[in-house]
Amino acid sequence: MAMQSFTTVTGPAIPLMAANVDTDVIIPIQRLVGTGRDGLGPHAFERLRYNADGSDNMDFIPNREPYRGSPILLAAENFGCGSSREGAVWALMGMGVRCVVAPSFGDIFFANCFQNGLLPVRLPIEEIRRIAEETEAGPGNARTTVDLARQVVVTPTGREIPFQVDGRKKEAMLQGLDDIALTLKQANAIAAWKARDKAARGWAWESVA
Amino acid sequence: MPNTMFDRIWDQHVVADLGEGWSLLYLDRILVHDLSGGRAMQEVAEAGYRVAEPRHVFATPDHAVSSAPGRTAETFPVGAKLLKSLRARCAAEGVRMFDLGQRGNGIVHVMAPELAIVLPGLTLACGDSHTCTNGGVGAMAFGIGASELSHALATQTLPQRRPGTFRIRFEGARPPGVTAKDMILAAIGRFGAAAGTGMAIEYAGGAVRAMSLEERLTLCNLSIEMGAKVGMVAPDDTTFEYLAGRDFAPKGRAWDAALADWRRLPSDPEARFSRDEVIEMASIAPQITWGTSPEQVADVTAHVPRPEEAPDAARAKSWKAALDYMGLAPGQPLIGTRVDWVFIGSCTNSRVSDLRAAAEVLRGRKRAEHVTAWVVPGSEKVKAEAEAEGLHHRFLEAGFEWREPGCALCVSANGEAVPPGARCVSTSNRNFVGRQGTGARTHLASPAMAAAAALAGTIVDVRNF
Repeated sequence: MAMQSFTTVTGPAIPLMAANVDTDVIIPIQRLVGTGRDGLGPHAFERLRYNADGSDNMDFIPNREPYRGSPILLAAENFGCGSSREGAVWALMGMGVRCVVAPSFGDIFFANCFQNGLLPVRLPIEEIRRIAEETEAGPGNARTTVDLARQVVVTPTGREIPFQVDGRKKEAMLQGLDDIALTLKQANAIAAWKARDKAARGWAWESVA
Repeated sequence: MPNTMFDRIWDQHVVADLGEGWSLLYLDRILVHDLSGGRAMQEVAEAGYRVAEPRHVFATPDHAVSSAPGRTAETFPVGAKLLKSLRARCAAEGVRMFDLGQRGNGIVHVMAPELAIVLPGLTLACGDSHTCTNGGVGAMAFGIGASELSHALATQTLPQRRPGTFRIRFEGARPPGVTAKDMILAAIGRFGAAAGTGMAIEYAGGAVRAMSLEERLTLCNLSIEMGAKVGMVAPDDTTFEYLAGRDFAPKGRAWDAALADWRRLPSDPEARFSRDEVIEMASIAPQITWGTSPEQVADVTAHVPRPEEAPDAARAKSWKAALDYMGLAPGQPLIGTRVDWVFIGSCTNSRVSDLRAAAEVLRGRKRAEHVTAWVVPGSEKVKAEAEAEGLHHRFLEAGFEWREPGCALCVSANGEAVPPGARCVSTSNRNFVGRQGTGARTHLASPAMAAAAALAGTIVDVRNF
C-alpha cells in the first residue's frame, strides 16, 4: 500500500532481452517466506546473478558496467509471467530497477508494478532491440530516459518513442496515490450494488451467511 | 446482442465504470493462504481498515506447511510464523479458516471447489496465480498480488481492466493416454506461454463437455501458464451434480434459484470471441515438458529440439539455455531419460481422480530403486477419500511416500525441495528455473505419466507401459 511516485528515470538501459522471464526467477519463493519486503534487492535474480561461490556471475548482463544499478531494464515478451508474487516487483526495485521495457508482461506482474511505482512500458520488440543496440554502441555512457508525464522513451541517440499508459494508472503513479482510499470514495456505489445483488442473487449471499 | 459467459459475469459485477475500459468489480469471494494472507490482513489493519466482508473470505494454510507424514504447524518453523499470523488475523477479522488437519483444509484451489466456496457465475480473487483453476466450475476467478489483495480485503472490490476473450475448443474423441493435463500442455505448446496475456480463456467443445469437473479444474489451472489470469468452462449438469449438497452450495429454494441463473450463464452460440481456436483431440498425444517454460513441451515420443532449428534467434538462445539447465542434449529422445524424483500433487493434479489415475498405472509394480516418489493429496478430504478406497496402500506398496496435504514440491516454500541437478517428473504446473528447488530439473506431465516414470526410473510413454 506504499507506492513510490514516478516521474522520470534515466540510465543505461540494461539489455537483459530474455523472453518469458518468470517471477520465480526474479525472486525465489524461499526469500518471500523468510525475508521482509525491504530486504529482497540482493536476492533479485539470485539464481542467475551469482556464481556457486556467491561471487557475481559476469555473464549476467545486469552485473556488468555500465548497467549495474541502472533503473531501466529491457526484456523480450511476457516479462514477469507466472506466479502472482508481488515480491518480484519489490526485488526489482530493491536492485534499483524503476522501469521495465518489454513487448508484453504477465498480467498480474503488470498490475503489481503499478501498485508500487515500477513503470512497465510496452514497446514493440524491434524498438527495444534498437534501444539495446544504441546503448551497446554508445561510448560507455549511453543513457535512456523514460518520461511518464510525456509518455516517451528517449533513446541514447535522442529519438523519442511514445508509449501508451492507462490514464488512471499514470495519474496514480505520478502522484503516488493509495487506491484503497480512491475506491472507498465509491462506498455508496458499492453499497447500492450489494443491495441490488442481494435481491437478484440471494443464493450467492445465503450460502455463506 | 450475443454474449460470452465471461462478459455476462463481468457485466453483472460492475460496481462503477472507471473509464478507459476499467471497472470497479465486486468480488463474491476472496481466498487467502498462509504465504500472503496474514500479512495482507495485517496491512489492511495497519492502514486503518477492516476486512469488508469477512464471511465471504476463506482461509487455508497450504504453501509454507510441511507435507511430511505426521506434520504439525511447527514442522517447518519458518512457515509456522506465517501460519500463526494467519490464524491471529482470521480470528480478529472473523474470517473462516480451515486449519491443518481440519476437514476443509487443503491447497486453496482444491478446497474451494470441493467445499463449493466457489460457484458458477461468481467472481473470486486470491493472492495466487493459479486461482484460475476455480474457473472450472464456471466462475470468473483470478490471481492477484499482495497490494491488490489488501485492496480486495478492505473493499471487497477491485479495479480491473476488461480483458479480451479467447475461446479454445477441444473437438473429437479423446485418444488413449491423453488427460486434461495433456490437453492444456498441448494448447500451451501450440499457442505459447504469452498467448493468453490480456485475455480470459473459455475452454469449450465436445471433449470439454465430456470431461469430469475435476478434469475441468486441471484444464483451467494452467490458463496462467498461457498468460491468462482467467480460464473458465461453462457450467452444465456435470457441474451441478458435482456441487449439489457440498458444504457451501446453496440449499433448497436458493439452489433452485441458483440453478436457474447458472443455466443462463453459458456463452451464446453466436457469441464472438477476440480469438477463437480449435484443437482436434486426435492430434494430442501424452505430453511432457523438456525446458524451463511450460511452452517448451512435446509429445512424449518426440526428441529434444535442436536450438539451431528454432524459428528465430531469440528462441534459439532460450532453448539452448533451457537445455543447459535441464541437462539435456539436443536431439536426444525424451523417452529413456533417467528420472530421480516423481511428484504427484499440486493444485493441478492432486484430486482423487488424479490419484486414482496414478494408482491405476502401478498394477502391483514397484518404483525404480533410484527414484524418490511422493504423493501429496490436495486436501484433507482428498486424503480421506483416497484412503477409504485404499489408494494409499497401493502407493505405499509401490514404494511411494504418502504425505499430508499442501503445495509441497510444486512451490518449494515449505522446506521441501528436489535436490540440485535432480530430474523430477512432476504433475505440477511450472518448470521454471529453480521452481522445485535450486538447480532442480522439472518435467511437467500427467499423473499417469508421472507414476509410470517412477516405476521405470526413466521418462516413458504411459500408453505402452
